[in-house]
Amino acid sequence: MTVLINEKAASISLTGITRSYGAVRAVDGLDLEIASGELISLLGPSGCGKTTALRIIAGLEQTDSGTVVVGGKDITRTPANKRDMSMVFQSYSLFPHLSAADNVAFGLRLRGVKPAVRRRRAIELLELVSLDHHADRYPSELSGGQQQRVALARALAVEPKVLLLDEPLSALDAKVRIQLRDEIRTLQRRLGITTVFVTHDQEEALSMSDRIAVMSNGRLEQCGSPAEIYSRPATPFVAEFIGSMNHVPGIADGATVTVSGSRLPLSVPGSGAVTVLIRPEAVRLTDDPNGNTTITTISFRGPVTRVIGRLDDGTPITADLPSVQAASFAEGGRVHVTYAEEPVLTKAAD
Amino acid sequence: MADRRRWADLAGLSPFLLYVAIFLGAPTVVLAVGAFRGPDGWTLENLHAAFTGVYGDAFVVSTELSLISAVISAVVGLAVAFVIAAAPEEGPLRQVVSTASGVLANFGGVPLAFAFIAAFGPVGMVTRWLSTNGVDISSFSLHLFDLSGLVVVYLYFQIPLMVLVILPALEGLRPQWVEAARSLGSSRWQYWRLVGGPLLFPPFAGALLLLFANSFASYATAAALTSGSIPLVPIQIGQVMSGNVAAGQENVGKALGLGAIVLVALAMGGYGWAQRKTTRWLR
Ligand SMILES: Nc1ncnc2c1ncn2[C@@H]1O[C@H](COP(=O)(O)OP(=O)(O)O)[C@@H](O)[C@H]1O
Ligand SMILES: [Mg+2]
Repeated sequence: MTVLINEKAASISLTGITRSYGAVRAVDGLDLEIASGELISLLGPSGCGKTTALRIIAGLEQTDSGTVVVGGKDITRTPANKRDMSMVFQSYSLFPHLSAADNVAFGLRLRGVKPAVRRRRAIELLELVSLDHHADRYPSELSGGQQQRVALARALAVEPKVLLLDEPLSALDAKVRIQLRDEIRTLQRRLGITTVFVTHDQEEALSMSDRIAVMSNGRLEQCGSPAEIYSRPATPFVAEFIGSMNHVPGIADGATVTVSGSRLPLSVPGSGAVTVLIRPEAVRLTDDPNGNTTITTISFRGPVTRVIGRLDDGTPITADLPSVQAASFAEGGRVHVTYAEEPVLTKAAD
Repeated sequence: MADRRRWADLAGLSPFLLYVAIFLGAPTVVLAVGAFRGPDGWTLENLHAAFTGVYGDAFVVSTELSLISAVISAVVGLAVAFVIAAAPEEGPLRQVVSTASGVLANFGGVPLAFAFIAAFGPVGMVTRWLSTNGVDISSFSLHLFDLSGLVVVYLYFQIPLMVLVILPALEGLRPQWVEAARSLGSSRWQYWRLVGGPLLFPPFAGALLLLFANSFASYATAAALTSGSIPLVPIQIGQVMSGNVAAGQENVGKALGLGAIVLVALAMGGYGWAQRKTTRWLR
C-alpha cells in the first residue's frame, strides 16, 4: 500500500475565541495551542461549546473576537473552503447520490484531478479504512460504521492541514465505536495529521488523545495529557467529569484537610467544612472490626473489584481494589477506610 | 413461506385492490376495449379520429396548456419553496405559506373560476376598482377566457401544489452536505452543480410531471371559465359523454379517454420513479 505521510500538518493557535448566540456565550475566551501532528480532544458535557469551537476552526462559524492561526498564518477571516481542513460530522454527511469511491474522490474532483487518477486515489484511501471492496456502494447501502469510515477517507483524501472530527462515533453502537476509535487513532499516528476531536465521552478522549482540552460553559477548564487530566485535575469540574469521584466531608486547614480521620494534602489551600473529592482507586480498606465503615456491596469486574460501603457518618464510599486484594472482604463486614497520600481537590460542603 | 407472507399481504390490501379494480380498472378496460370497437367490429378508426382533426387539436392544446402551466408553476414554486426553506422552522412565514399552499392546491373548479371572473373579469371588482384609479386591465380581462387566461388561472393551484411537493425535497438537503462540501474546498456554485442540483433533479422532474398530469386532467375549472370554447381533451370527452356530438362518436370519446389515461399514466410513472429515487437516497 502507498505510504500516505501528510507533509502539510500544521499547528493551530486559538487566542481569545469568543462566540455568542443572543445571550448564550457558546465559546467564551478560548485560548488553545495545538501542536503540529497532535491529536487533541475537546471534551465536555453537551452544550459546553465544543462544536462551536470546532466550527470556528473550520471556518463554518465566525468568531466574535479572537484569532485563529494555522501554520503561522492568521486565517480568522478566511472562508471555510479556502482553509485546507476537512471535517467529519456525527452522521449523514456523505453525499447520498455518490458511491463510496465518488464521495472519497469529491475533494479531488473539486481540485480538478482527472477521473482515473482520483478513482485510484479513492480506492487507496478506502483500503486504508478497509472498505475498498465496497467502493461502488451507495451510502444508503452501508452501515453507520462503514459510512463514518468513508467520511474519514473522504476527509483524508484532500491531505488537509488539519482534520476536524465532531463526535464522529457517537451515533454508532458500542462495539463499532471502540473499534473505529482505535482505527482513527492508528491512522492519525501513521499520517501524522493535526487532529481536533470533539467528544463528550471521557473514555473516548482518554484512550485516543495526545492531549485533552476539557471545556465547560464555553471556557477551557484544563488542557493536558490524559494522565495529567485524570490524576491531577485542575478544577473540581474536571475531577468530577473525568472518571468517578467519592464526595467525602472533611475539614480544611490551610494546606491540608482532615477526612474520615486521615490527613491529606490539598491541591488548592482552603479552610473550614468542605467536600473532598477522592477517586475510588485512592480508597484503601483494611479489615478492622473497630473500623469506620460497613461494606454494603462487592462487585467483581475482572482485574478490579468495586467495593461499596457506608462510612459511620452515613457517607457512601466506593473503592476500586485489585481483585486479589478484595478477596478478603465480605458484604456486611467492618473495615477501616484510609486514602492514598495524594493532593486532593475540594468543593464547597453540600 | 415467503409466498404465504405475500398472499397474506395481498389479503390485507384486498379492500383497496377491490376499490381500484371497480373505479379505476373496470372503466379503463371499458375504455380500452371500446376505443377499438366500431359498428363492424374491431377497428383503429376511433383512435385515428381521436388524434386528428378537432380531437387531435384538443390533444395539442391540452398538452400546450399543461406544459406551459407546469413549467411556470415549477419554476415559481421552486423559488417560493427556497425562500420558505430558508425561513426559520417555527417562524410565521413557514406556517402561513405551507397552510395556504395546502388549501390553494386544492382550490380549483367552479369556485376558482368564479373567483377569478368576479375579481378580474371585464366587470370584476378588481378590474373596476383599478379602472376608477386609472389602471386599465381590460385587455387581461378579455384574455381570461382564452388559453393564456386559463394558464394564469391554473397557476393559482399549480404553484401551491409545486410548493407542497418540492418543499420536503429542499428540506431534505442536509446542512452537513453543504458544510462537508465547503470544508472539502467547494464553492457555493460547485456545491449546487455537484451535490444540490443532482439531488434536487429527480424530485423537480417528478414534480413537473405531476403538475403536467394535474393540469392535463383538470376539467371543471376550464369548463366553468371558458364554457367549453377552448378545445381541451377533458372538455371534448365531456361533450362526447353528454351526447353533444354526432351519433356513433361514443367510441371516439373512449379513444380520447384512453389517450388521456396513457399520457397521465406516463407522467405519473415518471413521478413515481423520481419519488423512489429520492426516498432511496434519503433513507
Ligand atoms: N446556531 C446556533 N444558534 C443558537 N445557539 C447556538 C447555536 N449553536 C450553538 N448554540 C448554543 O451554544 C451553546 C454551545 O453549543 P455547542 O457548541 O453545539 O455545544 P456542544 O457541541 O459542546 O454540545 C449551546 O448552548 C447551544 O445551544
Ligand atoms: Mg456538539
